[in-house]
Amino acid sequence: MPQPILELRNVDKIFGDFAAVERVTLSIAEGEFFTIVGPSGSGKTTLIRMLVGMDAPTRGEILLRGARINEMPANKRPFCMVFQSLALFPHMTVGENVAYSLKCRGMGKKDRRERATECLALAHLPASYYDRAVTQCSGGEKQRVALARALAYDPEVLFFDEPLSALDYRLRKTLEKELKDIQRETGKTFIYITHSLEEAMVMSDRIGVMRDGRMAQVGSPREVYDRPRTRFVSEFFGEVNAFPVTAQDGRLWCAPLNMAFDPPPDAPAGFKSGALIVRPEHLRFDAAAPEPIRGELYNEYLLGSRVQYQVRAGATTLLVEGMGGHSPAGREVALTFSPEDSLLFAE
Amino acid sequence: MTDLSETMPPPSAASAAPAAEPRAPWRPSTGLLCALPMLLLLGLGFLAPLLIVAVYSFMPRGTFSLTGAPTFENYVDIVAQNFHISFLWSIWLALLTTVILMAVCWPLAVSIKRVSPSKALLLTVLIVAPLFVAENIRLQGWSLFLDRAGLLDGALRSTVGLSTGSLTANVPAVVFGMAYIYLPFMLFPMMLGLSNVPPAAVEAAQDLGASRWQQFRDIELPLAAPGLVIGALLVFVISLGAFSESKFLGKGVIVTVSEDIESAFTFGQNWPRGSALSVLVIVLAGAAAFVGLRRLDLDSMLGRK
Repeated sequence: MPQPILELRNVDKIFGDFAAVERVTLSIAEGEFFTIVGPSGSGKTTLIRMLVGMDAPTRGEILLRGARINEMPANKRPFCMVFQSLALFPHMTVGENVAYSLKCRGMGKKDRRERATECLALAHLPASYYDRAVTQCSGGEKQRVALARALAYDPEVLFFDEPLSALDYRLRKTLEKELKDIQRETGKTFIYITHSLEEAMVMSDRIGVMRDGRMAQVGSPREVYDRPRTRFVSEFFGEVNAFPVTAQDGRLWCAPLNMAFDPPPDAPAGFKSGALIVRPEHLRFDAAAPEPIRGELYNEYLLGSRVQYQVRAGATTLLVEGMGGHSPAGREVALTFSPEDSLLFAE
Repeated sequence: MTDLSETMPPPSAASAAPAAEPRAPWRPSTGLLCALPMLLLLGLGFLAPLLIVAVYSFMPRGTFSLTGAPTFENYVDIVAQNFHISFLWSIWLALLTTVILMAVCWPLAVSIKRVSPSKALLLTVLIVAPLFVAENIRLQGWSLFLDRAGLLDGALRSTVGLSTGSLTANVPAVVFGMAYIYLPFMLFPMMLGLSNVPPAAVEAAQDLGASRWQQFRDIELPLAAPGLVIGALLVFVISLGAFSESKFLGKGVIVTVSEDIESAFTFGQNWPRGSALSVLVIVLAGAAAFVGLRRLDLDSMLGRK
């Protein structure tokens, strides 16, 4: 791997006696689309603010191409951020907003306009928007102005702090894809914060999952989804079935279901008790299974192309996802899953 | 070429006269009724005396009647008898006070905005507290503090044997007094103005490479401008009519226009002259307010709030 563009070494950020970010070590490759996901309060924004230079880390080092930049102020770093609130300048026109960084650099008026128009085009805004007041733009247009403004700065790394969270679903989907396209076209490094799993999966090359100020796992979307390292990560990436289990004679005893499962092949050695996680799409209806989970089908939800079922079994409710065709409610069903599709986490 | 509708209005628009309706008897609206007591009070207590003052300013000098032949002699006298000097002093002091307070209050307002809410409240209370003591008493207090053998001078003399002499009876003392008295009138509108500056906008500017000065000039100042203009206007207009400061701290080293107006109405017994001076002050204050408020309207009209 070539030298990373950005590196964090044991970075802490402590407010009073609260550690907002704790011992985060991370390296980000040039041209990568890296997404940091986590629930609110997990330290995502604090982490990104330290990278951009708006907060200083309490401990640890931030390196840009190997050189320490802890003390470098935000206006000297070759980074730019698209804020959650967008933070457009309300007293300026669209063009003035986009060209602001160029003006700060002392670029002439004509060059400024030319470059800003290019950036507007990159963000899919027509040049006619240049003289429009920002306050007259719609939510999606403001989003594009903020993006164009960040691009005009020509940063080496672009940061995004949940910029799409206020938009409606369809616009968000469109902008997600555009953002990915722009990243590919410009070849710039993008670091993106979101609490939405879907956003992270669609756009990212790699995902970092944060929890309580720590990086719980870093990996490609596939890795993080298929091989979560902790129960938290597995549950964060969509709904799951979690069976409380204890080890018994080489098998896993699940009290609420009053039955035993075979452990997954990579089960941790010396496992005593914990949770067996099975994703809804890995549970399947199979009347011929040797040791099925027996339950009662009582609800079905249409999820577009797929159908989700709720099945009452023993003292718990299971989620099953399939292509449909099992509908009659109140029907007795038998469910099963392959041990290799389950994940075991000790507690 | 294709759009001819503009030149040919539909015939119905021109010919269709509004149908004659029986007019309902006029009824005052609720809003007007609510405003009526205030209108009466302002009309009788504010507008009417002002009108009388305006009429007096055109009466022959020294008269007490409103029926004399109108004349400009009072306005001519102002310059001929050097009353314009006090007028210019007042304008100069008001300008100076406004500028000084702008410079003093900006950092103060920014700091109050940045500290925690409880600290901000404490600071605000501390700044407001002096307003509960009458202006003249506070100025008299400063006079006692700064005078020869006053608190400062006396303390220095008895401890280290140094004397400051009298620090009053000069123009800086007057300006100090004015800036001290009118500080809240600049500070609070300014704080209000600053609350219109989203912190993220300043951070975004910094992130885009703006230096501290550029952030101030391009983002903070224009966004806080409405509060700044209101504060400046308040301070300028109020300090234009100030006279306690020059009395208590200036000790007669300069005479402000308000003192001239007062003496014209009292010792001088020349109401027309006092009226003429008053009219000039009112016109100047009105012009300042007009110019300042027009700027504000312009901003909101462009939708750049």
